[in-house]
Amino acid sequence: MSDIVEKTLTALPGLFLQNQPGGGPAAAKASFSSRLGSLVRGITALTSKHEEEKLIQQELSSLKATVSAPTTTLKMMKECMVRLIYCEMLGYDASFGYIHAIKLAQQGNLLEKRVGYLAVSLFLHESHELLLLLVNTVVKDLQSTNLVEVCMALTVVSQIFPREMIPAVLPLIEDKLQHSKEIVRRKAVLALYKFHLIAPNQVQHIHIKFRKALCDRDVGVMAASLHIYLRMIKENSSGYKDLTGSFVTILKQVVGGKLPVEFNYHSVPAPWLQIQLLRILGLLGKDDQRTSELMYDVLDESLRRAELNHNVTYAILFECVHTVYSIYPKSELLEKAAKCIGKFVLSPKINLKYLGLKALTYVIQQDPTLALQHQMTIIECLDHLDPIIKRETLELLYRITNAQNITVIVQKMLEYLHQSKEEYVIVNLVGKIAELAEKYAPDNAWFIQTMNAVFSVGGDVMHPDIPNNFLRLLAEGFDDETEDQQLRLYAVQSYLTLLDMENVFYPQRFLQVMSWVLGEYSYLLDKEMPEEVIAKLYKLLMNDSVSSETKAWLIAAVTKLTSQAHSSNTVERLIHEFTISLDTCMRQHAFELKHLHENVELMKSLLPVDRSCEDLVVDASLSFLDGFVAEGLSQGAAPYKPHHQRQEEKLSQEKVLNFEPYGLSFSSSGFTGRQSPAGISLGSDVSGNSAETGLKETNSLKLEGIKKLWGKEGYLPKKESKTGDESGALPVPQESIMENVDQAITKKDQSQVLTQSKEEKEKQLLASSLFVGLGSESTINLLGKADTVSHKFRRKSKVKEAKSGETTSTHNMTCSSFSSLSNVAYEDDYYSNTLHDTGDKELKKFSLSSELLDSESLTELPLVEKFSYCSLSTPSLFANNNMEIFHPPQSTAASVAKESSLASSFLEETTEYMHSNAMEVCNNETISVSSYKIWKDDCLLMVWSVTNKSGLELKSADLEIFPAENFKVTEQPGCCLPVMEAESTKSFQYSVQIEKPFTEGNLTGFISYHMMDTHSAQLEFSVNLSLLDFIRPLKISSDDFGKLWLSFANDVKQNVKMSESQAALPSALKTLQQKLRLHIIEIIGNEGLLACQLLPSIPCLLHCRVHADILALWFRSSCSTLPDYLLYQCQKVMEGS
Amino acid sequence: MQFMLLFSRQGKLRLQKWYVPLSDKEKKKITRELVQTVLARKPKMCSFLEWRDLKIVYKRYASLYFCCAIEDQDNELITLEIIHRYVELLDKYFGSVCELDIIFNFEKAYFILDEFLLGGEVQETSKKNVLKAIEQADLLQEDSKPRSTRLHSCVKS
Repeated sequence: MSDIVEKTLTALPGLFLQNQPGGGPAAAKASFSSRLGSLVRGITALTSKHEEEKLIQQELSSLKATVSAPTTTLKMMKECMVRLIYCEMLGYDASFGYIHAIKLAQQGNLLEKRVGYLAVSLFLHESHELLLLLVNTVVKDLQSTNLVEVCMALTVVSQIFPREMIPAVLPLIEDKLQHSKEIVRRKAVLALYKFHLIAPNQVQHIHIKFRKALCDRDVGVMAASLHIYLRMIKENSSGYKDLTGSFVTILKQVVGGKLPVEFNYHSVPAPWLQIQLLRILGLLGKDDQRTSELMYDVLDESLRRAELNHNVTYAILFECVHTVYSIYPKSELLEKAAKCIGKFVLSPKINLKYLGLKALTYVIQQDPTLALQHQMTIIECLDHLDPIIKRETLELLYRITNAQNITVIVQKMLEYLHQSKEEYVIVNLVGKIAELAEKYAPDNAWFIQTMNAVFSVGGDVMHPDIPNNFLRLLAEGFDDETEDQQLRLYAVQSYLTLLDMENVFYPQRFLQVMSWVLGEYSYLLDKEMPEEVIAKLYKLLMNDSVSSETKAWLIAAVTKLTSQAHSSNTVERLIHEFTISLDTCMRQHAFELKHLHENVELMKSLLPVDRSCEDLVVDASLSFLDGFVAEGLSQGAAPYKPHHQRQEEKLSQEKVLNFEPYGLSFSSSGFTGRQSPAGISLGSDVSGNSAETGLKETNSLKLEGIKKLWGKEGYLPKKESKTGDESGALPVPQESIMENVDQAITKKDQSQVLTQSKEEKEKQLLASSLFVGLGSESTINLLGKADTVSHKFRRKSKVKEAKSGETTSTHNMTCSSFSSLSNVAYEDDYYSNTLHDTGDKELKKFSLSSELLDSESLTELPLVEKFSYCSLSTPSLFANNNMEIFHPPQSTAASVAKESSLASSFLEETTEYMHSNAMEVCNNETISVSSYKIWKDDCLLMVWSVTNKSGLELKSADLEIFPAENFKVTEQPGCCLPVMEAESTKSFQYSVQIEKPFTEGNLTGFISYHMMDTHSAQLEFSVNLSLLDFIRPLKISSDDFGKLWLSFANDVKQNVKMSESQAALPSALKTLQQKLRLHIIEIIGNEGLLACQLLPSIPCLLHCRVHADILALWFRSSCSTLPDYLLYQCQKVMEGS
Repeated sequence: MQFMLLFSRQGKLRLQKWYVPLSDKEKKKITRELVQTVLARKPKMCSFLEWRDLKIVYKRYASLYFCCAIEDQDNELITLEIIHRYVELLDKYFGSVCELDIIFNFEKAYFILDEFLLGGEVQETSKKNVLKAIEQADLLQEDSKPRSTRLHSCVKS
């Protein structure tokens, strides 16, 4: 650090004479005479908000004049900047000064620069356009020889930097990792951390440098690198298991007090570092016994060492407990951790108590008895004055809810709900109550009443799934029909009572639920006439506080009831009122009702009683309109074009000048909107295609609230996953809660000595009702997931549900887009499955296309047939590709039938796919290993063939691949060969899957073998994999392209100059097809549509357009990073050829 | 850490540092809501708050509230220590810090914060090192550092 002083001193000798920090009273005067001082004092002197506003506006306008005056010196500018920051902090807009902040950072001397940078970091946000102007300054300062300037630049980069300009500074920052000063290296690492956060793909090639930082001789730099590691391990823990040992060693050293004293904090060694390491270990050891075993010792030591009664040791302890419970369990450690949790829970300090409860919530599923131990504390916390403590307690109770304690817990939750006003809390709690009620409701009355409370409090803020699920539950019912009817009847009765109350306002959603239920199930009432229900609904309809959406629901209910009613005065009055309504929607409904009302027979057939769950056949394609459309077309009408297409056409007509930016790509550019370029291309041939446009029509017709009632399935489900796996309900044990309480009390009497005032007894009573079913005898109940608990309100599983509503279209879309792919994949799966008989793998592969292929039937075919099939099939996939296709020697093919050795059968299998030439990766005097890649349709198959060059037999030759980040490597069977004969060749094959997009990566491994039982040897090798190894063509139609295009949010645009040899679109696309394996869907004029997918199934679409020798590329994908990578590859290809 | 706010007992914002990109409107809304919620809490209550999907950790030193927003899985106690260390840094730098020091020299408070926390993560925990870095840069400062009469002794420990 002394260097800083030296350098800055030589740079600015005149300034050194100024006073030291911590000056005297003279200094105070100086400040009070400063402008900021007077501003601050002026403001504090004011009494009203209005006066303050006036003063600040005055100040701002004078500042505005000053900063834009040419005579203003930088020194004055610095002063102004400070005042501007102050004004902004008070909430006033000072945006006119932003540009001057950048200028100050650029032009000022060190002092002014410092303020300029600070102002920039406070004023601007990451995507602010002015930020681009800062890049040059940063680049200049990073290259400065003055340490302070470098530090300032790094500080600002670590806080705020435009994503797309990272490449401009990245090399400079990488250089700084080798800087001699610790502070520079540390800041450089943090800058890279920032880059990793905002654009992980931009820094992934320097992972090796992160490792260097981790090994830095300075603790500060190492600690900084842990931020990056924590983030990366969170995303993909499997890639960093090899570092576990290092992290453990570091933690051991820290815990053992081996760090310099300056890292101590209140005599605790580097607490921040410890916590960071503990978090990393927790992530690494999760579900991984081998890795966890490495850390048991150090965790034990951490728990032991943290005894000091200081806040910071509790922080470490808490993290340690968390880690112990996240990794593969070890009973000793768990015991100690449980004791620690006890310390927290029982602590008189409220912060620690809170954390104790928090710890209990996450260990409760593993260790329910722990909650039992602390039940009295939990009960106390339930009535705690601090709502935060209460809330955490409820969270804990939520996780231990079962069929026996549900009523007590939900009651507590409702109590809390009634007190809270914060929307976020209400939404959260209401969701939990609804979930519990659905799962464990003891009886009908309780269920309906609880849901009533949920609806009236949750009202219009709750998640829309809650009322939808509730209605679906009512409509679909359970196995027992009488039970269902009772539930419905109870609901109807309870709603009628609620509606009878005067001057009570219910949330709109609740009213909607009521109107639907009343419309559907009022027929269950004996005494109440439909007329009376209609009258009640009518009253609501005339109420001004009811929204028009709710009115649509109400009128739908009235419509349903009209067919059951005898006299219909109210209905007539209603029709009369609403046919002249100003609301067009209401008028429409009223007219519909009117027409139906005139024809009672039609009405009855149209609105049958209790049929909401039956399927309606809907002609989604609107084919009955075909004749009408044809007639229209023949009379010269223009063919229908979807909205996005019309808009795109309009845009393209307007576009005379090329507004697209040159050079830089702004991938997140919003101005392009979401129009489909496919739309343009399809313009000519879509015309009246009723199948596609028809679908759109039906969607738009369904928009009205009332139409939802008439959807294909009654209520359109959104949560498919919930319903899929459950199959029918079990009867409920109708125990009353009081019985449980009694049981629990007797249990308690045996185990506990009771000391007690009356209040105490009440608490115990509560405890026993809360913690019933939690003991060791019924731990299973505790785990909410264990379905042994009888669920009263289960929904029936319905396969058809998956197909209803809007989900259909997207569903179909993905299916069709993959159908071609899976057909191609067909043969491949076929061979590999049957030859290697790996059932598990098969399941995985087919998960994509399970609906399209019947996988089981394939495997049942006799073996001989398969081989014949194999030889018949032609390599159609890459038929028009100029890459060479590997043909196995005839002899091998012939021997397949006899010899089922892996290597040869494997060769047979691979003939269908492209593969690279074999390349020697390593060798010695005994063996040589060469590898090649086979680009299979569903994965990359890496083949290493090991040749034994020596004349000796090799024993237990084994090839192993190190786990690599980004990749998932699966061993194909037969990798460990016991004996390898002299001068023979064996192949090892691994299928490689990619876990997230990247540009390039390495796969390393080693081969080990024994020679004559004595001498063992090992040989390492590595191969380079590129993203292109995982790109496959995606064969979809132009229509599917259009739909997919609209559904993807991530897009990237870029213009690429084409070389002369490929100046025409077709040849350019051909290049892309050959080099990048993109599939050309269609070429229309000067536009082309291409598609590909990143294995296993991330689609990416490309739209190309040619202007002169510029090729405009436009990518879209469901994955945010893939377009960037592909663009990079495209550029390489286009510029390279 | 998502952001850090310093505000007075009267609800006046004294310092704000945002580590996540948010619009100005949102920042104002968050600040207003948080200041209200925190000021409404009683002294014996827990220093942690659940607020939307964030955890708020706050602590009062004399007339100033220090308030940090962290994510749910972050460690609340260590965040309290971050606040404490920041107060210690201010205290050492200003020499028994008070609210007025921060009002009149808020840019210094920012400089100290940037040397201690960078991009929302702890950068340097050693008091000595942070202040060394600040003082090196300060040596260039021709402005004197103002002092005001002490109102309170802010740091308890």
